[in-house]
Amino acid sequence: MDNYEVCEHDVIVIGAGGAGLRAAIEASKEGVSVGLVCKSLLGKAHTVMAEGGVAAALAYADDRDNWQIHFRDTMRGGKMLNNWRMAQLHAQEAPDRVKELEEWGALFDRLPDGRISQRNFGGHRYPRLAHVGDRTGLEMIRTLQNHGIHQGIQVYMECTIVELLKEGDRIAGAIGYWRETGVFVVFRAKAVVLCTGGIGKAFRVTSNSWEYTGDGQALAYRAGADLIDMEFVQFHPTGMIWPPSVQGILVTEGVRGDGGILQNSKGERFMFNYIPEMFAAETADTEEEAARWLKGDKHARRPPDLLTRDVVARAIRSEVRAGRGSPHGGAFLNVYSQLPAEVIRKRLPSMYHQFKKLGDVDITSQPMEVGPTAHYVMGGIRVNPDTQESTVQGLFAAGEAAAGLHGANRLGGNSLSDLLVFGKRAGEYAAKYAKDRSSGPRIDEGQVREAQQTALAPFEGNGTENPYTLLRDLQTVMEEGAGIVRNKADLEQGLENLKKLVARHRDVKVEGSRHFNPGWHYAVDLRNLMTVSQAVALCALNREESRGGHTREDHPDSVTKWEQVNSVVRLRNGEMQLEHARRPDMPDELKALLTLPEGA
Amino acid sequence: MADARLKVFRGTIEGGALKDYQVPVFEGMVVLDAIHHIQAHDAPDLACRWNCKAGKCGSCSAEVNGKPSLMCMTRMDSLPAGRPIVVEPMRRFPLIRDLVTDVSWNYEINKRIKPFKPKPREADGTYRMQQMDVERIQEFHKCIECFLCQDTCHVLRDHRRYEFAGPRFMIRLATLAMHPLDTENRLREIKDQFGVGYCNITKCCTEVCPEDIHITDNAIIPLKERVAGEFYDPLAWLWRLVRGKKADQRSEVH
Ligand SMILES: Cc1cc2nc3c(=O)[nH]c(=O)nc-3n(C[C@H](O)[C@H](O)[C@H](O)COP(=O)(O)OP(=O)(O)OC[C@H]3O[C@@H](n4cnc5c(N)ncnc54)[C@H](O)[C@@H]3O)c2cc1C
Ligand code: SF4
Ligand code: SF4
Ligand code: FES
Repeated sequence: MDNYEVCEHDVIVIGAGGAGLRAAIEASKEGVSVGLVCKSLLGKAHTVMAEGGVAAALAYADDRDNWQIHFRDTMRGGKMLNNWRMAQLHAQEAPDRVKELEEWGALFDRLPDGRISQRNFGGHRYPRLAHVGDRTGLEMIRTLQNHGIHQGIQVYMECTIVELLKEGDRIAGAIGYWRETGVFVVFRAKAVVLCTGGIGKAFRVTSNSWEYTGDGQALAYRAGADLIDMEFVQFHPTGMIWPPSVQGILVTEGVRGDGGILQNSKGERFMFNYIPEMFAAETADTEEEAARWLKGDKHARRPPDLLTRDVVARAIRSEVRAGRGSPHGGAFLNVYSQLPAEVIRKRLPSMYHQFKKLGDVDITSQPMEVGPTAHYVMGGIRVNPDTQESTVQGLFAAGEAAAGLHGANRLGGNSLSDLLVFGKRAGEYAAKYAKDRSSGPRIDEGQVREAQQTALAPFEGNGTENPYTLLRDLQTVMEEGAGIVRNKADLEQGLENLKKLVARHRDVKVEGSRHFNPGWHYAVDLRNLMTVSQAVALCALNREESRGGHTREDHPDSVTKWEQVNSVVRLRNGEMQLEHARRPDMPDELKALLTLPEGA
Repeated sequence: MADARLKVFRGTIEGGALKDYQVPVFEGMVVLDAIHHIQAHDAPDLACRWNCKAGKCGSCSAEVNGKPSLMCMTRMDSLPAGRPIVVEPMRRFPLIRDLVTDVSWNYEINKRIKPFKPKPREADGTYRMQQMDVERIQEFHKCIECFLCQDTCHVLRDHRRYEFAGPRFMIRLATLAMHPLDTENRLREIKDQFGVGYCNITKCCTEVCPEDIHITDNAIIPLKERVAGEFYDPLAWLWRLVRGKKADQRSEVH
């Protein structure tokens, strides 16, 4: 057996984005010993890239806002598939979590009265997103990081966890390797919190980084936990599409929140033609009304450019199909005709910079070309809405890795708030769980050995598969089989192709040593990405309707029957099993909120 | 389009050399794309860091043709054509492998800075601040911790004066010092422990900062002034002199 180091903590948090940092801070506050592990350096997680803002019904920018309306918007945005309890807790607790960040040093943009400013975003009834220009995530992660390093948390950077360890039915820790040396390390812990983020690397065009290989979801799955809603992948409508180098890089929804409009090649504001019935009552139906809204008229309804992401992404795709796309197959996003140049540079500095530097486009005088990009996964680890515990004892999850809050489609800004609200809860309950256990768990050498062998396999044998080629092929399979618009035949073919890829992955071969070897790192992570890809395709094949982020051209409508169930995936007897589980019933007082009269 | 030639440093602390690679060029390509191409086709074990590929995370720092840069924001067409592009790791930090260096020293410094200590909230539970006042610090909060300024600063790079926390942490200290809500005093540490006096205002850090933070003018000089004001340090007078002569300082140091 390969050597390994051992580190011991009461609670191990895997992932140091917003969710992981917030969980670690809370667990530490509970007085237990906490370790925080991440694949990259501290402060480089996806959270750092978030742009537009964090949603919280502070009611500073518009005093008509409150948690009830935030709850309603979240449920409607999620096409009612959300876990109602999570949506409720999230809407209720987000304001306090945002205010707390101020106490830790965050500096959000201000209103003239000195309180936190809030911006409009898709699907949010009122201006609700606290923000810092278009670099909110940076502010958030740095604040949590600078607060967190003084809370006695032990941080383990550039360490990839490859397997969870169990003692019987319970979590006993995790095993990983240092990316620098390739040496293994076992974390013995009473509780583990997974905050590993999403799965965007399953698609070629994505706003996500190399880290997003679905590690947390796959680790939990292999440890026996349930995953839910895996068919729901969010394609953000506005990614950069030209030049090729920048394909997929995100253009924040804040552009539209601040007034940007979508146009087709004929210069038409096509979104007026795609207003779903559910949102008709609160969406402007003329350009005149939309213009009044932009000027701050509280009686005007919101422009259709700010419909939820699933709607906008599909609309762009339809325009392109109808031959009205932009030169590189997308739509035009135009903010220059809506706002003065200096306001654009001030509110959207990083968009200005990004287009200028990477795309040779000056957004204060030219339109941006945008198209859908794989952005976020609504599905993930199934958790208890209050404690964030998964279906495996001692295993918790929060942030993008967990599921439930967003249902079939996430509203912009609801992720950063999700990280704070449920990161805190996960940390708190993981610490409580750990405190209730007097003795530390036992590490099973057999499990350690097996994990090591699997991770080292790419160095041995005479396989011929290159990890980078496998990754590219996987992305092609997913884009063709389980992309923005799906159908039965493509999904079936996709699942077949995935099986072949899994077989090819057994022959993956890496060159060089274990010393900081990205080829090896991909080879290891690919195993997880294949598992989550299979889960996405399997759930998508079996949900015979369209809802939120899941669009079936062979089943274009939403079906009431399907509104009642979540897809649940689990590993049993070496097979991926799918079950459709009934959604928990919502109490009547919350149901009543969903039909709040306009302007309530 | 024609292929580009790159010379990429390959090696470890024990030794290494520039290695030649050839990559096809496409429109809008950045240096990080070239590195990714090399990984996928020629050298799967070529070590480099990256995450966002959009200048937001500060992971992909390296020296491109000798200049500390973010690889993801350096367009190939901004570099002289017809000459190989030289990509090397940041020189200031101990090498791990290829383009990856050990930047942990920065994290250690950060831990030594006394945390933010806010004043109490207003009676209505809010904090009220004017946009104008927060903007000054928001400039510093743009820092993506790429550590390119740390790589560049001659105090750290050539003179290896680790008593100096470096420009990145001068920024962080200035942020705290100017934060409208903070109540902590860190001036003694800024002087003694973090060595603000070592900076001789060459502004080389400011020049490489991908976030265009005016590190020297807006952060370090005000810190120096505050320290001078607090301690009536005779050195203060000296650096005022130095500051007057920054033009020749530059040519002297670099
Ligand atoms: C460009 C962009 C813009 C966005 N803008 C917004 C916005 O404006 N508002 C909003 O609400 N949301 C936004 N989002 C979404 C939001 O940023 C993410 O969903 C959120 O940051 C995820 O946070 P997290 O804490 O769950 O995970 P992350 O921040 O991604 O952190 C994951 C962590 O897990 C670690 N990790 C992963 N696998 C392993 C492993 N095997 N072993 C050890 N560690 C591991 C990683 O190293 C990392 O530290 C945006 C996303 C992107 C990509
Ligand atoms: S101004 Fe010059 S000496 Fe001072 S921190 Fe910057 S690079 Fe270093
Ligand atoms: S101050 Fe600028 S150069 Fe220095 S670490 Fe921050 S972003 Fe990088
Ligand atoms: S990869 Fe994030 S700054 Fe270059």
